[in-house]
Amino acid sequence: MKTSIAITGNAGPKVRSDCEITLELKKEGGISIDLISKVQALYGDSIKDLISEIIEFFGIKSASVRINDSGALSFVIAARMESAITKLVNTDLEYLPEFIQENGYSTDRDKFRFSRLYLPGNSPGHMINAGLHSADAIILDLEDSVAYDKKDEARILVRNALRQIDFCGAERMVRINQGERGLNDLHFVIPHNVNLILIPKCESSSYVKKVEHEIAAIRTRYNLQNQVFLMPIIESALGVENSYEIARSSGNIVAIAIGLEDYTADLGVVRTVNGTESFYARTRMIVAAKAAGIQPIDSVFSDVNDMDALRENVLASKALGFEGMGCIHPRQIQVIQKGFAPDESEIDESKKIVLAYEKAKQNGAGVVAMGSKMIDAPVVARALKTIKLADKLNILPKDWDKVEK
Amino acid sequence: MNNKLVKNAAGRMVVNEINGEPATPYMGVGNFQPTGHKHAPRISTCADYPGDGNKEVESIKEALVRCGLKDGMTISTHHHFRNGDLVANQVFDAVKELGVKNIRWFPSASFLCHEHLIQYMDDETIHHIEGSMNGPLGKYVSEGNMKGTGVLRSHGGRYQAVQDGEVKIDIAVIGAPSADPFGNANGLAGDSACGLLGFALADSQYADKVIVVTDNMVKFPCIPWQIQGNYVDFTVSVDKIGIPEEIVSGTTVITKSPDRLMLAELTAKFCDAAGIIKDGFSFQSGAGGTSLAVGEFFKEIMKRKGIKARFARGGSNKYLVSMLEEGLVEYILDGQTFDLDGVYSMANNPNHVWTSPFTSYNYHGKGNFANLVDVVILGATEVDVNFNANVVTHSDGFLLHGIGGWQNCLFSKTVILPLPLFRDRIPVIIDHVTTLCGPGELIDVIITERGIAINPLRKDLLSKVKDSGLPLKTIKELKDEAERICGKPQKPQFEEDIVAVIKWVDGTVIDVVRKIKSG
Repeated sequence: MKTSIAITGNAGPKVRSDCEITLELKKEGGISIDLISKVQALYGDSIKDLISEIIEFFGIKSASVRINDSGALSFVIAARMESAITKLVNTDLEYLPEFIQENGYSTDRDKFRFSRLYLPGNSPGHMINAGLHSADAIILDLEDSVAYDKKDEARILVRNALRQIDFCGAERMVRINQGERGLNDLHFVIPHNVNLILIPKCESSSYVKKVEHEIAAIRTRYNLQNQVFLMPIIESALGVENSYEIARSSGNIVAIAIGLEDYTADLGVVRTVNGTESFYARTRMIVAAKAAGIQPIDSVFSDVNDMDALRENVLASKALGFEGMGCIHPRQIQVIQKGFAPDESEIDESKKIVLAYEKAKQNGAGVVAMGSKMIDAPVVARALKTIKLADKLNILPKDWDKVEK
Repeated sequence: MNNKLVKNAAGRMVVNEINGEPATPYMGVGNFQPTGHKHAPRISTCADYPGDGNKEVESIKEALVRCGLKDGMTISTHHHFRNGDLVANQVFDAVKELGVKNIRWFPSASFLCHEHLIQYMDDETIHHIEGSMNGPLGKYVSEGNMKGTGVLRSHGGRYQAVQDGEVKIDIAVIGAPSADPFGNANGLAGDSACGLLGFALADSQYADKVIVVTDNMVKFPCIPWQIQGNYVDFTVSVDKIGIPEEIVSGTTVITKSPDRLMLAELTAKFCDAAGIIKDGFSFQSGAGGTSLAVGEFFKEIMKRKGIKARFARGGSNKYLVSMLEEGLVEYILDGQTFDLDGVYSMANNPNHVWTSPFTSYNYHGKGNFANLVDVVILGATEVDVNFNANVVTHSDGFLLHGIGGWQNCLFSKTVILPLPLFRDRIPVIIDHVTTLCGPGELIDVIITERGIAINPLRKDLLSKVKDSGLPLKTIKELKDEAERICGKPQKPQFEEDIVAVIKWVDGTVIDVVRKIKSG
């Protein structure tokens, strides 16, 4: 039998959009709910009703619940309550908040992944408005940004967030933990339309296959339609050595990323701004990715205040062949997007290709030609995507195609 | 008090009597026509004043006695020292020592530092406050502890009330960073420098007796005289009138929050798309972190387009001052300086001009500057689906802020409120504002991080931005979104008792604030 008091969530003067719940199971006496909340006047009754409902859902007859709330949304309160209960009671039940209709979308394998915003999986405050900053993807993180003793709570919070938060079309990613815990994490997230799973500290194709296998089983059980992509993160010497093998270990892998903090730690060297110590690892991984036909993604840039240094870093990264970077703060997103976005010469080149393609279509020609050069289909496809992205980023002049003709 | 309520033109049930005096319910924008003449203090004679121009007395207490302080009088103070004010507390300490009771305190605004005065409300030294009531004072009043009924007015409304004789000030106490024994005073020099003394202008002109209190007495003449000594009865020297670090405080820092920065950028984009930012335009933005960020984004657009603003109204701060110095703004018309850059600029730059609520905001005058501004950026605690807005209470019903110049600024050509859709689960866009401070017909655009709602009355703005790619939504859509995310909020519970009254710019009663239900 587990202990009879559980405390979950967060409270304190700096805490916002979260709550702390103290649950004590009792042998008798019914349910007592004690609420302290910033939003008592507006939501006091509905919070108490929600707590009562969840307690009843899990079949608990007698308990005392103390909630210290700092403006947590309903799904956060529900997550904290469920976490407290599951610490004390063995159950298979899940109290699932409504899955909002906006969250059913799928993404393409070669969607642009220039910027991905990391969201610590146990910090609801950062998640709520994350979609507004227009990153290509958001990453609900269950791994390194979550303290060990909070990882169980984070799973339930992330699960609820996947159902309730509108991320405005960003690709929905989750970074699971390593090993057994990671495989268990999948059960909390895959049923709730995750577009991509990040596999941290990946060193071999065997773990990738385990993850893939677990995902497939869950998809079958829940009859899920949308494909789930994979992105292994290479964070060690062994991972670098095995990067090509990892890159082609599954058809669901769309990208691989490098994690330089752990990689340099593994080598026993200091991570520097110009990154000479990781140059080999980065370029090796880029080559592996390109050879396997997937996107190579660069590591996060930790100085969130130095936008100039970030800008330089992005350009250097792009010059090496990276196609995106992680972000740890919303203000990095715009700089990273601009950096990885097609520049003028790329756009010019793509314009020419697309026009040649249009011409070929018009003439019913089977081959796309630019002068004496033949343009392969994948090159055309990429040029079309570049034009589309440039358009979306507002860096394509209107009527560009009419001007050229 | 008389609890009979009447429905005003905004549909709110309000009183027509406050603290025993008659009051007129709100009649709609511009409908109330004042009659009669301005209040006039009695005529004085030099025979009653020191021939050598030295009006100095020993202490605030002595000055109050010499002014004939009695039970039931009205004492006024200004808030140019913001949370660093030491004057009001010293004044009431003296009033208490003299055993005087039932004073009406008439500050131009109150701050957290005035929590000290709660004891004087408990023992009825202070009968009631007419001015903002924030923090602990606000809570005290919301819980029904104050003897009389509070009255909240805008800066312009306070001037109007004094000018029209609605509030007769018996004794005005004016804290002055620099003063001479004759009573000339300014806010430009001295340890407690605060820039200007515009909020005390009406007090100096219309009060029966005027006391100037300074911690920096200089020899005659004290130039420039923002307050004229010819209105002053007594001057007093004390150790300190204010705490400099709180006077020029750190509130003037641009927000670092990515959500608020996004909001500010969206606001500037909107103004650009609507053609509001154009050569020779004028603007005003509030002093909050988001408003300051809007100013910086305006600056980028103006630089990019080579645009110069004819004038900007302040609250001045280092950001506005740098726009003046970089030639992006021709004049700053300033109601309040928030930091030392503002103070210094006002003292040294002839294009940085001090204003008062008389010139900027008074509605019972022959025009005012706020009307002339092209675009104003303001905040709010709540907005409803009819674009009505609230700045004085939160959704839990507690008194929170003063009105400041907010109501007065609603008369500018385009009024924009950049607001988060919700704050810590509290929806900002709701069905019905808890307290009505500004009528919807004057509020043009609500900008949230999840969409922009334009008042249907502004067809011109709608047509200008409809193809701009900006995220336009109806106010109802925004409200529904807030509710979907936060849940539908309960209404706060109130008793019948009215603890404070909200005045409109013309002195009519636009809404009331009731006592919070306890338990």
